[in-house]
Amino acid sequence: MAAPARPTTHVTRARAGRVPMSRWGAILLLAIGALITVAPFYFMFVFATHGRSEIFQLPPPVWFGDNATSNYQSLLERTPFWRNLWNSLYLAIMATVTTLFFCSLAGYAFAMYSFKGRELLFSIVLATLLIPSTLNIVPFALIMQALGWIDTPRALWVPGMASAFGIFLMRQYIGSAIPRELVEAARIDGSSEFGIYRRVILPLCGPALATLGLVTFINSWNNFLGPLIIFRSNETYTAPLALRSIQGLVNTDWGALMLGVALTVVPLIVVFVFAARQLIDGLTSGALKG
Amino acid sequence: MQARAHPPTERLPIGARWNNFQRRYAPYIFISPFFILFAIFGLFPILFSLYLSFQSWQPAAGLGEMKFVGWRNFTDNLTDPTFWQSLRNTAVIGIESGLPQHLIAIPLAFAIHMAFKKAQGFLTALYFLPYITSVVAIAVIFVTIFSWQYGVLNALLTFLAGLPVIGGLFPQEKINWLGNREFVQPAVAAVVVWRYVGWNVVLYLSGLQAIPKDLYEAASVDGATTGQSFRFITLPLLRPIMFVAITLTLIGNLQLFEEPYIIAGDSGGIGNVALTTVMYMYRTYNFYGDAGLAAAMSWLLFVLIGALTLVNNRIFGRERLSGSD
Repeated sequence: MAAPARPTTHVTRARAGRVPMSRWGAILLLAIGALITVAPFYFMFVFATHGRSEIFQLPPPVWFGDNATSNYQSLLERTPFWRNLWNSLYLAIMATVTTLFFCSLAGYAFAMYSFKGRELLFSIVLATLLIPSTLNIVPFALIMQALGWIDTPRALWVPGMASAFGIFLMRQYIGSAIPRELVEAARIDGSSEFGIYRRVILPLCGPALATLGLVTFINSWNNFLGPLIIFRSNETYTAPLALRSIQGLVNTDWGALMLGVALTVVPLIVVFVFAARQLIDGLTSGALKG
Repeated sequence: MQARAHPPTERLPIGARWNNFQRRYAPYIFISPFFILFAIFGLFPILFSLYLSFQSWQPAAGLGEMKFVGWRNFTDNLTDPTFWQSLRNTAVIGIESGLPQHLIAIPLAFAIHMAFKKAQGFLTALYFLPYITSVVAIAVIFVTIFSWQYGVLNALLTFLAGLPVIGGLFPQEKINWLGNREFVQPAVAAVVVWRYVGWNVVLYLSGLQAIPKDLYEAASVDGATTGQSFRFITLPLLRPIMFVAITLTLIGNLQLFEEPYIIAGDSGGIGNVALTTVMYMYRTYNFYGDAGLAAAMSWLLFVLIGALTLVNNRIFGRERLSGSD
């Protein structure tokens, strides 16, 4: 953001006089874009500190109010919000831990072993990524009903434990970052195959595990359609569902709702601040490497 | 088994035999969870749904009540005006949200790439933030922003309309974004655009970074302006990544559900204008309790997605850069 003075150094790249104009154009474009991107988040925080009647007045509030505590109380009257947050957290943790385990295991097998049918089986894994998820909505609901998994979190984390995307990601990483000689050496030392995975592969997978873990966690935390199908009561609702149910009430308390929204968004922003690069790489790797 | 060929294996001690066994089958065991889970929660449900689309069945009545009805679920859907309306809505919202996404993301990515190399990490993170925010949170925020009498957006438009020179460009009256048939679709589309621009910026940036720098240098030596290099170098070489990005937008927009569902409500908004096909399918299953009809609808949508992806491949694909490894 710092240096509108820099264009002079670019003079060699393009004829003088042209660059500053286009650079100012770029600054303007990016600034407007950034403003539009950030503004809704800003208003989320502002509204979270105002009561319903203050939010809907003219002009709308643009600075923080002092209603956060009563919004908080009102939020807790409408839904057991900490319980809902815990449900979201539990679901995300279960999904993440199991996904990391099964995907790294399968990714290791696809990357480090040569076995009959490997190419075919791996193309099957990739092909499943092409199935549009909407095809699965109705049968998913029916099967969970049949299994008696309605209103239980495992309905949401068990089916995705060994995700095709995760296997793809782990295979790419293990295949390119871990030398095969390490595996051979461990085998000669008498390590079992699972032992090789646990003592050699897993400790070296750190970056890929972090990326896959973040992606899985955030997808689970933000999931809406899955929980909408599975959860039926205030007690089992995840945070997004609980917020949605408050929004559905007749006299929506927008201040309380906005506070709840802020409470679900803040943890993500914190994670994002520390791991943006990794998260962006992970989320787009399916599109960019596939 | 033993009678045939391999005398040496017979003499191996137990430990070594176990060793051979686990070495041989370990990879299959390691990849088996995926295939087991996919069989149960992926393949079987899809086949079941295909079977279901030829049955008349209300799940509430129990499995015994299933009745084979041939193609009737498909013909029922295809003669249902609401189904066609939902397809139109999906198409309109899809185009209104799909085109701007790319028309905004490409210049933004170009601006970051040309002018802000140093701040690239920060800027992409900023633009990417909406993508990692839950749709429920986004929808709740935007419902207040779109509010008719007191919303931030209308307040801003009123302010802009009051400005001296450019005021005429803006509406003089407040717009009832979520209560007026004409504006619900653009409002939903605007939220989708807001959410996905950053995602596309990241894709296009990675495409821009793959373009060799000497091309630009050669062009500028020949006296090309920034605009000309954009038009004659960037755009053509961005084609492969454009293909990927547009394909993803196409597939995603045809399955649009969460944004319209939460912003306009499960009723689909005034006069059903925000009722997308997936929303209608969900309603058919969840509220009308007709699993067969809903399953048939999902297959019709599947066929449509497949067909449009193929068309997109024809128009945009093929001419991919070779050797981009």
